[in-house]
Amino acid sequence: MTEFKTHIMVCGGTGCRASQSEKIRQNLNTAIQEYGLEDDVQVVMTGCFGFCEKGPVVKIIPDNTFYVQVKPEDADLIIQEHIIKGRKVSHLLYEDPKTKEMVSDSKHMDFYKKQIRIALRNCGFINPENIDEYIARDGYAALGKVLTEMTPEQVIAEMKQSGLRGRGGGGFPTGLKWEITRKSQNDQKYVVCNADEGDPGAFMDRSILEGDPNSVIEAMAICGYCIGANQGLVYIRAEYPLAIDRLRTALKQAREYGLLGKDILGTGFNFDIELRYGAGAFVCGEETALIHSMEGLRGEPTFKPPFPAVSGYKGKPTNVNNVETFANVPVIINKGANWFNKIGSEKSKGTKVFALAGKINNVGLIEVPMGTTLREVIYEIGGGIKDGKKFKAVQTGGPSGGCLTEKHLDTPIDFDNLIAAGSMMGSGGMIVMDEDSCMVSIAKFYLEFTLDESCGKCAPCRIGNKRLHEILNKITQGNGTKTDLDRLRLLGNVIKDCSLCGLGQTSPNPVLSTLTNFYNEYIDHVENHKCSAGQCKALLKYVIDPEICTGCTLCFRNCPVGAISGEKKSPHSIDQSLCIKCGACYEKCKFNAIRIA
Amino acid sequence: MPKIKIAENTVQLIREICTKYGNEEGELINVLHNVQDKLGYLPAEVQEVIARELNIPVARIYGVVTFYSFFSMLPKGEHPISVCMGTACYVRGSEQVLEEFKRQLKIDVGQTTPDGKFSLGSLRCVGACGLAPVVMVGEKVYGRVSPQQVRKILSDYIIGCPHSES
Repeated sequence: MTEFKTHIMVCGGTGCRASQSEKIRQNLNTAIQEYGLEDDVQVVMTGCFGFCEKGPVVKIIPDNTFYVQVKPEDADLIIQEHIIKGRKVSHLLYEDPKTKEMVSDSKHMDFYKKQIRIALRNCGFINPENIDEYIARDGYAALGKVLTEMTPEQVIAEMKQSGLRGRGGGGFPTGLKWEITRKSQNDQKYVVCNADEGDPGAFMDRSILEGDPNSVIEAMAICGYCIGANQGLVYIRAEYPLAIDRLRTALKQAREYGLLGKDILGTGFNFDIELRYGAGAFVCGEETALIHSMEGLRGEPTFKPPFPAVSGYKGKPTNVNNVETFANVPVIINKGANWFNKIGSEKSKGTKVFALAGKINNVGLIEVPMGTTLREVIYEIGGGIKDGKKFKAVQTGGPSGGCLTEKHLDTPIDFDNLIAAGSMMGSGGMIVMDEDSCMVSIAKFYLEFTLDESCGKCAPCRIGNKRLHEILNKITQGNGTKTDLDRLRLLGNVIKDCSLCGLGQTSPNPVLSTLTNFYNEYIDHVENHKCSAGQCKALLKYVIDPEICTGCTLCFRNCPVGAISGEKKSPHSIDQSLCIKCGACYEKCKFNAIRIA
Repeated sequence: MPKIKIAENTVQLIREICTKYGNEEGELINVLHNVQDKLGYLPAEVQEVIARELNIPVARIYGVVTFYSFFSMLPKGEHPISVCMGTACYVRGSEQVLEEFKRQLKIDVGQTTPDGKFSLGSLRCVGACGLAPVVMVGEKVYGRVSPQQVRKILSDYIIGCPHSES
């Protein structure tokens, strides 16, 4: 094998590929050939680095130089300057927003300093399409160890000792789940990986599958060994074509290497994995719904018990775990439960991956120890709020979670603390909002999502959420009353108590948590008919201040509906009957002459 | 909806797909994925053929097709436009972008322009949250889209009249 002196890692995650990272890779290779460096430099297309805000990202190993927002035409410069002359291309380095200094390598970036990467350990380090690179980083060592040195009971004991809890949102102890499935007597059992990441704004599972598919395959085989299953199934969203591709490649290579299939590593253990495709239904993240979907039915949940561990896919005992949960397993086996359970908080061990998005400077994928505070995540890793605006809320747990406020900023993040604060961990979406976000609209937004995704099986969720949405709509239209707020709370609690599955039981959370934490904003909407964030269109009006307006005609030229009129160099005005309240004039005005009334 | 007649070779194609999956009813979702991949959509007539092949009631197929958002009973436009309505895109203003597409194309979400050129849809998170708000036209991803850019994006696909208002 050739020993390369330098490796150029190009991010091949969905975000960076959307900004032409594939072209960057091609151009780098062209330049390498042009300068005859084929034997010294290798370009590797990796999984997601996590720093999506500044993508496409290119990292140079061994010196860890971290180039951001690279364009395809920069490839030649990187080879000429960095590789040949040994000088860093300074304008492509990351500028620290606080010190305004260029940061030379990833180790010195605030974004990475507080992170501990376990589930994401290989994302951004290896080529996910080459199993050898996974093996070189201890890949399949855990499977080997389990099959040759440990009994299933020992593995389960190790998993229980590690304290790993389900990362899909439920937080159920993984070892215990495996044990229950192992104890179910049957001739056929199944291991299912839930890769139906439906939470909008969360993309950790996709990134793991795109960046390190083998870690999930290895863990599923370990699980199969423990519970006594020889068949695995990955239920993956059809909307993730790249992840599906990489998973297929990894499965093929694993079979070629004898790490899947019959008589794995000569131990007599058989295990193979098939893919099943989701078709866009959020409720299929719920395990009984997911199983029905795999059976070719509508993805409607059923009452538990019986739990899938007793009767799941095709009526056989089935163990369902999420992608991130599986990605932790090989590391726990390799490094030991006692290494893992020292990380994290008392009741939540290990790390959690979060997809940080919204009005924050560093949008991206991060992995931090449980117990890290929201403040550390938002201000240190996330780099604070965009455009220097004021923090208002952070939404965790997706459509099932709630909004947390400033007073929760110092809460250590773990499963139990987030629930106590009125939200939940969920799969790890973390959306930051600033003063321009209207909390009533946000609650309505999430409810629209739930309405769309409710399977319609049980009445509280199907009808109750519809009514909740109507009340919220009434409020954002300026027709709400104070009684409506009481109705929201009452109805929300009824839906929570009476719904069949997790979707319905948590669907009113965004409404209830914003009602609790932002009650004044609701009052403002219903009593003063005012939306201070300026988002509820029915409640706002754009007006031009004739004292400030210079008549530059910029707003006139940008108005898409011709609602603005006025002579050049004299104050303009907006015809309210034509105005569609798009805000284009407000954004364009250089003199702040346009106000939201 | 007007009844459409499907060609004999299309029926043959559907049969082949069903056979590939052993005509098993448990494989229904895989069959539907495959058929939609080839035909673009799943009209009632196609569902009838699948029902016969898998020996299940057509109502069950209709139930599945309408349950999952990925399946469509209507043909998509030549350039399907999807505006991401994931939370990250929403808080960065994707709703306004979607409104602007609706206004420019004069169609609602789920519809296709009369000339068959564009269809408009919303989707939940492409996972490119760093580029929010995101719009996809076919396979191409547009990042950090503002309502003002909508006309420009559409003009990329209206050949011959780059900036005309359609």
